[in-house]
Amino acid sequence: MGAEVVIEGLTKSFGRQTIWRDVTLTLPPGEVSVMLGPSGTGKSVFLKSMIGLLKPDRGRCEINGVDIVTCSERKLYEIRKLFGVLFQDGALFGSMNLYDNVAFPLREHTKKSEAEIRRIVLEKLDMTGLAGAERKLPGEISGGMRKRAGLARALVLDPEIILCDEPDSGLDPVRTAYLSQLLIDLNAQIDATILIVTHNINVARTVPDNLGMLFRRELVMFGPREVLLTSEEPVVSQFLNGRRIGPIGMSEEKDQATADAEAAHAAAGHADGFDEDLRGIVPQLEPTPGLPERQAVRRRKDRVMRIIHALPQQARDGIIESLTPEERERYGVARRPSPSPRPRDNGWHPPEAVAGEAPAEIARLPKSNWRTDPPDGSGGGA
Amino acid sequence: MTARTAQASFPGAGALRETGRLFALALDVVVNTFRRPFQVREFIQQCWFIASVTILPTALVAIPFGAVVALQLGNLIVQLGAQSFTGAAAVLAIIQQAAPLVTALMVAGAGGSAICADLGARTIREEIDAMQVLGVNPIQRLVVPRVLATMVVAVLLNGLVSVVGVLGSYFFNVVLQGGTPGAYLASFSALAQLPDLWISEIKALIFGFIAGVVAAYRGLNPKGGPKGVGDAVNQSVVITFLLLFFVNFVLTAVYLSVVPQKGS
Repeated sequence: MGAEVVIEGLTKSFGRQTIWRDVTLTLPPGEVSVMLGPSGTGKSVFLKSMIGLLKPDRGRCEINGVDIVTCSERKLYEIRKLFGVLFQDGALFGSMNLYDNVAFPLREHTKKSEAEIRRIVLEKLDMTGLAGAERKLPGEISGGMRKRAGLARALVLDPEIILCDEPDSGLDPVRTAYLSQLLIDLNAQIDATILIVTHNINVARTVPDNLGMLFRRELVMFGPREVLLTSEEPVVSQFLNGRRIGPIGMSEEKDQATADAEAAHAAAGHADGFDEDLRGIVPQLEPTPGLPERQAVRRRKDRVMRIIHALPQQARDGIIESLTPEERERYGVARRPSPSPRPRDNGWHPPEAVAGEAPAEIARLPKSNWRTDPPDGSGGGA
Repeated sequence: MTARTAQASFPGAGALRETGRLFALALDVVVNTFRRPFQVREFIQQCWFIASVTILPTALVAIPFGAVVALQLGNLIVQLGAQSFTGAAAVLAIIQQAAPLVTALMVAGAGGSAICADLGARTIREEIDAMQVLGVNPIQRLVVPRVLATMVVAVLLNGLVSVVGVLGSYFFNVVLQGGTPGAYLASFSALAQLPDLWISEIKALIFGFIAGVVAAYRGLNPKGGPKGVGDAVNQSVVITFLLLFFVNFVLTAVYLSVVPQKGS
């Protein structure tokens, strides 16, 4: 099982500028957490403080009982071997090809034979879809490939804690989905604690067990995903919906004048491109069929059910909703009779499920063979 | 490394802080030199690299240097009527002073700037961070081999410069100024002595260390982006030159008062 990371009262400033203060959170062992935050709120600084690359001004960051803020340099290097870190640009060694990059931690820290190293490296490169590119230099490949190679390198030592700094930036949505799936699969296989720093809403909604958000120099919230996904907190809901209306402005915080002007525009009918509410609890990613079950899911369920009475009502409903009847019985909770507060209609429905009540055909695209005939055949043709 | 809660701010505090960090790095380098595993491969590669960028320019600079000494002394000594001592003076000047300085300037200018640029580029690409995160100490892995390489190459180059400089001086004195080869060679050991060669090599060793450490320090702490790397390279060369001349002055003063000179 992955290591637990306990952070207490962590504060960091550069000169007179405070980046964030009094960040307190616990990354539960083996669970996947996502840290959200607008650009420039010190998410990367937070990651770097967690691995001791930057020294926080105050606070503790304990990993396996060792406080990395105050421990000796030698101990720090020992602790770091538990980490696999994916940097924003991959941070590959420019003078080595991909194979040597991925083999680097193995050659430095293990006494494995070259044949064994080769096996592990090729396996990880294959896992990240880079098979065949091992002779390329980092300068010769695209940003997305560099990122995946960085991930492969982070994984070779079978880390207990994986930190990902914006795994999605510079990747297309499809590759981001693959990467998300890869992280979940990894979690199922090695049960590592994973922290992903991102501002990708999709990743935040579907990947993590726990969500947190940094804004305005502090941790706004950190907790089980259901809490943030159903949160009424203006910052969180604005961010999750990707809207302009709300407290987050172009440059960090919005002033009142801008907020008023935007509200007036909105009232006059000028809106963001869409005003769909993306909040609500969506199903979490599952490991690829055939892989072991994620141990973290059960542990988390136990943990969350223990604190469920302290959670906001909507989150509580959402969690109970997601349990199976047997689990509800086991934990001794009941579903509220009223339907959940938000229409849960943002998943993808197979066509026949819709065909029952919706008009059989909403639009017909010329020469489109995407849509098969409606199941009842006789339905409304044009 | 302890968490600093407040930083002193008085005029010159910044300079003191930088100096302190430079010395801290130098100390780290010394300590990590003795920590296993030693990076043999990196060390040899760096030696080869630094030697390959410095040998030719150093040799080319050494020839005119010897020549200048010969020409200057030649005129002066003729007036004093001590022509037979040209060789002695040239050897003394070249071995004791010129060779280590020329070597150090070349190692700092060609080798040090390359080291600084290389480490600077790695720093801003987060490679150094990545290395630390992978549990590898970049000082042991990257800086120590480079500093040792500059030291070794400086010592070896110092020998080369001494030979080439003396040959250049001989050529100018004998061929162009009409000095006598016999007198030139015979007076070799009139003023110079073996400790002069030792101090020369010791100087080269220390200068190589300074050049390597300063280059590594500036390379590991560039200020903001690619432009910062350029500035860092520039500064590393300037700082090294200033330090070299100062340290040379101190070493010479100490040497002259500790080792008795011939004829005195």
